[in-house]
Amino acid sequence: MKSFNIYRGHPKLAVELMPAIEANGLTKLFGEFKAVDDVSFEVPKGQFFGLLGPNGAGKTTTIRMMIGVLRPDQGSVSIMGISMDKEPLLAKERLGVIPEVGNVYPDLTARENLELFGRFYGLTKRTREERASALLEELGLGARADDKIKRFSKGMKQRVSIGCAIIHQPQVLFLDEPTEGLDVQSRRMIVEKVNKMNKAGCTVVLTTHNIEEASRLCHRVCIINHGKIVALDTPERLSSTFEGARSVEVTFDRVVDCGLFSAQCISRTEGEGNKLRFYTSDPDEAIDRIMQVRDEMGLTIISLNTLAPSLEDVFVKLTEMGA
Amino acid sequence: MNLRIVVRGVMATAVKDIKIYYKKPPVFIFGLILPTFLFFAFFVGRQLDLEKYYPGFLAMALFFTASSVGPLIIPWEKQAGTFERLLSLPVNIPILVLGDTMAGAGFGLIISLVIFAAGALLMPFTMTLVAIAALPLLFILGNLCFAALGVLLSSPAGPVPSNIMMLAALVRFPLIFISGIFVPLAEMTGTARTITMLSPLTYLVDGFNHALGNGGDIPLALDLLMLMAFTVVFLLTANYILKRKSLKGL
Repeated sequence: MKSFNIYRGHPKLAVELMPAIEANGLTKLFGEFKAVDDVSFEVPKGQFFGLLGPNGAGKTTTIRMMIGVLRPDQGSVSIMGISMDKEPLLAKERLGVIPEVGNVYPDLTARENLELFGRFYGLTKRTREERASALLEELGLGARADDKIKRFSKGMKQRVSIGCAIIHQPQVLFLDEPTEGLDVQSRRMIVEKVNKMNKAGCTVVLTTHNIEEASRLCHRVCIINHGKIVALDTPERLSSTFEGARSVEVTFDRVVDCGLFSAQCISRTEGEGNKLRFYTSDPDEAIDRIMQVRDEMGLTIISLNTLAPSLEDVFVKLTEMGA
Repeated sequence: MNLRIVVRGVMATAVKDIKIYYKKPPVFIFGLILPTFLFFAFFVGRQLDLEKYYPGFLAMALFFTASSVGPLIIPWEKQAGTFERLLSLPVNIPILVLGDTMAGAGFGLIISLVIFAAGALLMPFTMTLVAIAALPLLFILGNLCFAALGVLLSSPAGPVPSNIMMLAALVRFPLIFISGIFVPLAEMTGTARTITMLSPLTYLVDGFNHALGNGGDIPLALDLLMLMAFTVVFLLTANYILKRKSLKGL
């Protein structure tokens, strides 16, 4: 099939529209085991992208291939249009990586760590010093800048780790469960910093188990299970995909029998005592039916809420389906 | 490959190693204390001609110091969890191998030059012009060669530094006994001599014998050439193994 370059004659437009990350058919085998199976997606510039999945789903292997640590058996990755296979050093220059554990050098001070990472990205001595000082202040470590990392808490180490990952002001930032097991202050500081960078135009890829965090931060999420993509969309659209998981939660003034509400529009009823949850694909019709029973039985409604499925519901449902 | 990024990566890796690993206890033990003990064990209480054995001792000290940093770096980084992160920086395996080798060679060069200076003060050497020209080459090639050997020893490493330090000791100790340090090369014949020729340390000992006025047994040019050849072989093999084992233990 003949292909056309739609950007021919418009190189500036091509650069503008070029995705920050392009993963095409990524596949990785460990012996007989297929850890990642034909994973493809694009992340537009400036997007906050979430990579979700249960343990052992293939997230870390996918990330490792995207950051150039692992070579895919099949498929390719491009970072800002640069092939990780053909020009790995140039591609890696454009990204920053924040691993799950604050992997920084414990024998060096916080400042020395940041400056060392800056050296790998070719920053001048003056730029390294200026940026390290500014970042350490911003990350709340100004007073401990010249202390060795081995005396730092986990949260402080992770903040240094973030400083190391962003000292060169990367265009793409990968975060592998960066807030796992951290105290509230450190978690907030990290999320705020990453959010700020994203708002300034940095493309962010976040791997997390924290679905609420992903739902709140990510413009788009990709759910991986058994090495394959099972869903890829905005959190809102993914949630609305599961119409059957929408529900109406009603609290009555007294105990009610669930069986009274059976109707075609209500797929399932859960709950005990006076608080019931009706699962439905049509909340409007379900509420009509609930009102009908209320009138017939002379009940009083204390509260009524319509609930859309959360991203967590979607995640559980999708990963259960593949199990 | 972009040469600018390669050079930058090698230098940054070497700086990292110098800042972190020069101060590690195993480097002091295996790089400084051990050759000193070996020297005393061999010379003290024996009526030996120090001038005759000094080139061998200098080569032995250089060998131990230059090869003491390399075995530590990769397992230590894997244990600390920094190795995978290092791979995500704009570096690749050949850059890391070269950077680690530079750091090991730097350590060996500093210590061996101190020992050389001390030796020159105690017993002034008679040196020809050729020897004066060869000496810097011997120091540079010797340090690069044994630093590369150190990196090669750590290339199959997992995250347990002590395993590799043990392997390094197992490889390095026999080498000093088959390299013409304690038994001059000229006195060796048959199988012993054949085995001796397989050791890279032999060529450094012989080179120092040429340069420091003792007279070598192998042509000086061949000593230099063999050191160069061993360096290339060690670097290529380390690169080959590390590419396959880089994620071992991660």
